[in-house]
Amino acid sequence: MDMKVKKKLALKEKFALMTRGLAWETSYEPMEAVYPQMAYEGLRIHNWDAWEDPFRMTMDAYWKYQAEKERKLYAIIDAFAQNNGHLGVTDARYINALKIFLSAVPMLEYNAHRGFARLGREMRGVGPQIACQMQAIDELRHAQTQIHSLSNYNRFYNGFHDWKHMSDRVWYLSVPKSFFEDACTCGPFEFIIAISFSFEYVLTNLVFMPFISGAAYNGDLGAMTFGFSAQSDEARHMTLGLEVIKFMLEQDPANLPIIQRWIDKWTWRGVRLLTIVAMLMDYMLPKRIMSWKEAWELYFEENGMALFNDLARYGIKLPDCTELIRKEKDHLSHQAWNAFYTAGMMTNFHTWIPTPEEMDWLASKYPDSFDQYYRPRFEHYRELEKAGKRFYNTSLPQLCQVCQIPMLFTEGDDPTQIAYRQVTHQGDKYHFCSDYCRDIFTHEPDKYVEAWLPAHQIFMGNCFNPGDDPSAAGFDPKKSVLDYWHIAFGRDNMDFEGSEDQKNFAAWRDQATRN
Amino acid sequence: MSKVFIALQTNEASRCIVQAILADNPDAIVNRQPAMIKIDVPDRMVIRRETIEEEVGRPFDLQEIHVHLISLSGHVDESEDEFTLSWAR
Repeated sequence: MDMKVKKKLALKEKFALMTRGLAWETSYEPMEAVYPQMAYEGLRIHNWDAWEDPFRMTMDAYWKYQAEKERKLYAIIDAFAQNNGHLGVTDARYINALKIFLSAVPMLEYNAHRGFARLGREMRGVGPQIACQMQAIDELRHAQTQIHSLSNYNRFYNGFHDWKHMSDRVWYLSVPKSFFEDACTCGPFEFIIAISFSFEYVLTNLVFMPFISGAAYNGDLGAMTFGFSAQSDEARHMTLGLEVIKFMLEQDPANLPIIQRWIDKWTWRGVRLLTIVAMLMDYMLPKRIMSWKEAWELYFEENGMALFNDLARYGIKLPDCTELIRKEKDHLSHQAWNAFYTAGMMTNFHTWIPTPEEMDWLASKYPDSFDQYYRPRFEHYRELEKAGKRFYNTSLPQLCQVCQIPMLFTEGDDPTQIAYRQVTHQGDKYHFCSDYCRDIFTHEPDKYVEAWLPAHQIFMGNCFNPGDDPSAAGFDPKKSVLDYWHIAFGRDNMDFEGSEDQKNFAAWRDQATRN
Repeated sequence: MSKVFIALQTNEASRCIVQAILADNPDAIVNRQPAMIKIDVPDRMVIRRETIEEEVGRPFDLQEIHVHLISLSGHVDESEDEFTLSWAR
């Protein structure tokens, strides 16, 4: 019998067969019972088949290209480690940026993995199911590759030794942790708007493009390779984010106000989270490609606006917080570095005062704010250092109930005035850094009263090292909290100047460059 | 008019992809940064398989771009022959 040899399937046809062709309607259980999470957030979805998959990536192609990415990544990481690549970074201060990255980001990736694994099960349409399943695997890969890449630094430098323990406990790490836990405890549609749209599409370019390109500029092939390898998946995730939002908006006009509120909320939550990235870019990269402000203008104001212009036809508006964000871009990184420098006793990384040349660079990039508000402060700290009176803030800060960031942001129109907002809910007072965090709270107070705020927990005695007795004579609460966090006092924290990291890097680099 | 963009890692394969993009999109604006290259095009960018194949001198599957991709913006449309990014619909 003659068989007709069929031409290889066209991409669109293959994709349809390998995704939608695998789905079925249940017969002995109603679909609503199989997908019970689809209704309670109030979104109306009439036709899951209207889902358009922008990338026609099938599972077989997915495995093939992901395997190729992994091979490339591990070849680079091995070469970097084998050749003591860490000694090729511009300046050992840079390594402190990696300590923050390791203790904050792999945990975010892992939580993203959990969130998308859940959505891969709960989304009723097969298109989003498969996209979410792929993303769940991607996010797990990101966590693993970040940990693997950075483990090499742990062999040589302090502060990397117990990132997992720290990410669940250390004060400033509650900011990223609570961000993702907030998202993971939302309904499936809010989660996907929060992470795929607001975070991935609107904001992650700011982390992975200028910052990772900056890592490359500073000689860190390890961070460059995991960063760009992760971002290559991110392009697919961003496309999912855009597809999700179009799909929901096209399904029913009644979805618009729900989605607009989620976009407003999660754009703001994401921007607050990126405060630390602003600081990494402006203060912790010894060689800088662009300032945070420039990156913000490029990736948010230019590229982000193109996106919102496109969504305007559905009635989506730019979030109200955009105006405040525009004003804050001149101040964010300086205020954050000021906070971490003064809290340098309670960090798992070292801090420093920028050199005079670095201050000149900051002044040139921030002509409307740096010399006016921040240079005098940093020069004052430097004078104190010289006089042997390095300033450390020894009190605990008031934290915002929603973003969990200490009250360090100023009023949009007055950079000399710290912004405070307050709400009384069921007889208790709650504090906020901004109108937007306050509004998020007042919409769902029962969720945010549950926040685990590190400063409060320390005051309640929940963060002392097990076995320490707070009533014993000579009890040192600061030391006990650092012990609980597994931060070694005098080795992991305080000034870069005079640190073991600084001495070791100088000695090893010296050995590497002469006989 | 809004711009769409694609960002690629700088390596040997992407060098050819970039050449092809520049050939097919005369309005492209190239921005080279450490270890990456970002290409902006007003409104619509097209990446054509045939043009890349001329550059690399071998058959090329457009999905190979995923290995070198860093980021993009705009609505994606993908077929065997063309990968397009656009804001116009």
